[in-house]
Amino acid sequence: MASGHDVSRGASRQALRWKEVRELSRHRTLAFIRQPEAVFWVFAFPMVLAAVLGFAFQSGEPAKSHIALLEGAHANRLLERLTADERVELTRFPDVAAAERALRSGKVDLFLTDPAASPPALRLDPVRAEAESARLRVLVALGELDEDALALDTVEEKGSRYVDFLFPGLLGMNLMGTGLWAIGFAIAELRQRKILKRLLVTPMRKSSFLASFLVSRLFFLVLELVLLTAFGFWVLDVPLRGSIVLFALVSLLGATAFAGLGLLCASRVKTIEGVSGMLNLVMMPMWLGSGVFFSYERFPDAVQPLLRALPLTALNDALRELMLDGSGVRDILPEVLVLALWLVVPFVVALRVFRWS
Amino acid sequence: MRPVPAALALSARSLVKRFDDLTAVDGLDLDVHAGTCLALLGPNGAGKTTTIEMLEGLTQPTSGSIEVLGLQWNGSANAIRERIGVQLQDTKLQEKITTFETLRLFQSFYDAVRPIDEVLEMVGMTEKRGARVETLSGGQHQRLTLACALVGRPELLFLDEPTTGLDPQARRRVWEIVETFKTEGGTVLLTTHYMEEAQRLADRVVIVDAGRVIAEGTPSEVIAGLEAESIVELFPAGGTAERLADDALLVLPGVREVRREGSGVTLVVTDTQASVGALLAHLGEVGVALESLQTHAPTLEDVFMDLTGKHLRDG
Ligand SMILES: Nc1ncnc2c1ncn2[C@@H]1O[C@H](COP(=O)(O)OP(=O)(O)OP(=O)(O)O)[C@@H](O)[C@H]1O
Ligand SMILES: [Mg+2]
Repeated sequence: MASGHDVSRGASRQALRWKEVRELSRHRTLAFIRQPEAVFWVFAFPMVLAAVLGFAFQSGEPAKSHIALLEGAHANRLLERLTADERVELTRFPDVAAAERALRSGKVDLFLTDPAASPPALRLDPVRAEAESARLRVLVALGELDEDALALDTVEEKGSRYVDFLFPGLLGMNLMGTGLWAIGFAIAELRQRKILKRLLVTPMRKSSFLASFLVSRLFFLVLELVLLTAFGFWVLDVPLRGSIVLFALVSLLGATAFAGLGLLCASRVKTIEGVSGMLNLVMMPMWLGSGVFFSYERFPDAVQPLLRALPLTALNDALRELMLDGSGVRDILPEVLVLALWLVVPFVVALRVFRWS
Repeated sequence: MRPVPAALALSARSLVKRFDDLTAVDGLDLDVHAGTCLALLGPNGAGKTTTIEMLEGLTQPTSGSIEVLGLQWNGSANAIRERIGVQLQDTKLQEKITTFETLRLFQSFYDAVRPIDEVLEMVGMTEKRGARVETLSGGQHQRLTLACALVGRPELLFLDEPTTGLDPQARRRVWEIVETFKTEGGTVLLTTHYMEEAQRLADRVVIVDAGRVIAEGTPSEVIAGLEAESIVELFPAGGTAERLADDALLVLPGVREVRREGSGVTLVVTDTQASVGALLAHLGEVGVALESLQTHAPTLEDVFMDLTGKHLRDG
């Protein structure tokens, strides 16, 4: 090459790297936002999900207990008391078989076989939590149980409703999904289209290529976080009691950890189908076991340490503590450490096993 | 004869590539002089892509040495990449990105670059500047990947089957682009199944089969190696073909070789006039009616047929 190029090589190299990171990031970002369906799943879907679930569980009215009764079961004074109870809804069935069917399919929570007996004869599925509360309500309504003994202390305070529990979990789940998909899917696509191979015969630095994924991920993370958190804050009334800076940092840490995991998942797979299966396999245990929709403490003690070691569990716990309890950095240190480990290990492994061609 | 250029843009010695028990490239030597075009010609599975990808530094050779623009892949990889342009056999560019955006991305990797509008002009895609890749035709997509190879101002261009799957007109446009690049002093290594392509673009051809070089030289040298004046193809009318015996045809004056394919018979002849005259007389004697008879000057395809008994491409 002409020696004229070499004079300012040092400076121009540096400028060139910025330029290639910028162009690669732009390419990434455009390729994403020009796919409306991808934008929907990343931004609109979690909001819709949070809204639907949030509103469904938000209303002040407790869910009613559905009680099955046989037609013609003679009305007595006790039964009137049951009918008067707002928390109970009675359904009449023509015969025992029909009532049993309704009980089995969960249409009713409890089948009152003989309301006049003392204690009243009833059938229920003890595994279902709704059945237990239905039994208590029936016993109270029929005067078999003293209401005071139940000492109901209603949770309506902001920050302790189901939606408050749910929202940080949805946020965490979303950061996981977008992190894994954005990186894993994009890389598998580039490989399948042979673009990765094509880039390899250019002087592009591999570090620029990887950096561009982090840049475009960061860009969307900010959007995602601001939009979803604002939605939670203004629409669902979910509090953010801890430091907002800490909240942003933890989200960033979580998002980056999932990006690294996405990179690892995509480091060898050749096709989009391959990476889809792999990502679902990775996400499945966390959807269930990381306390998104219900607390993971319901799982047996033996698996608790395992669940706590999952990145989504750590992220969800940290987000919940920050949003709901207003915890400081010390309280969430264990979770931060788990996330940091999930950031470093997959990233290092991914860089080692990554196949460019 | 053209003067032999001094510098070698590309050279490979005893190149071997094995995949498990299959030897895809089996001791290949290649030299491409700066400013010339070399065509690697061969049928499917001959090892063309494997060879070109080793030269591009994408595939590690099992053994052998490669020098690109006087540099070795080991140690000077980025210096080489800065100076070469590559079109892979089948890259599918990102669909949602426009022509211009794609070129701007590739341009950002290089030190010395060609302005995007100039590249678009070169490949005749100026009107498609703002079009998304998903809206481009096959030929346009192919020209865009060619443009991506040109935007870094390469000295050496690698093209792996640049015109496969294109219609004749689109093919000709690609040829013109490659010719423009050559007139500007560029060096080209291309692979192809099409002998017309090699004959038109290449200063030298290397014919490979099963990973080995079976003939090489300028197109006319390679064709001269066939030692034939023309190729005669005849199709006997239905039912009379079996009256023609290969032995009887071979002893006709000027006939060097006889090949059969389906109902057709192909003769490689050294003296067209004598052979065709004797052939027609022989056909009359044995009572063979002709459906058609054609003669043509030998091509690279005929050389390939002669050497391997196979076609470069089917159909
Ligand atoms: N990664 C690989 N693993 C195993 N075998 C391979 C691999 N790549 C190529 N081959 C084999 O090596 C041989 C040469 O393949 P190559 O792609 O180089 O042929 P080609 O001349 O480019 O053919 P085509 O005209 O079809 O593109 C083929 O038999 C192919 O199956
Ligand atoms: Mg090939």
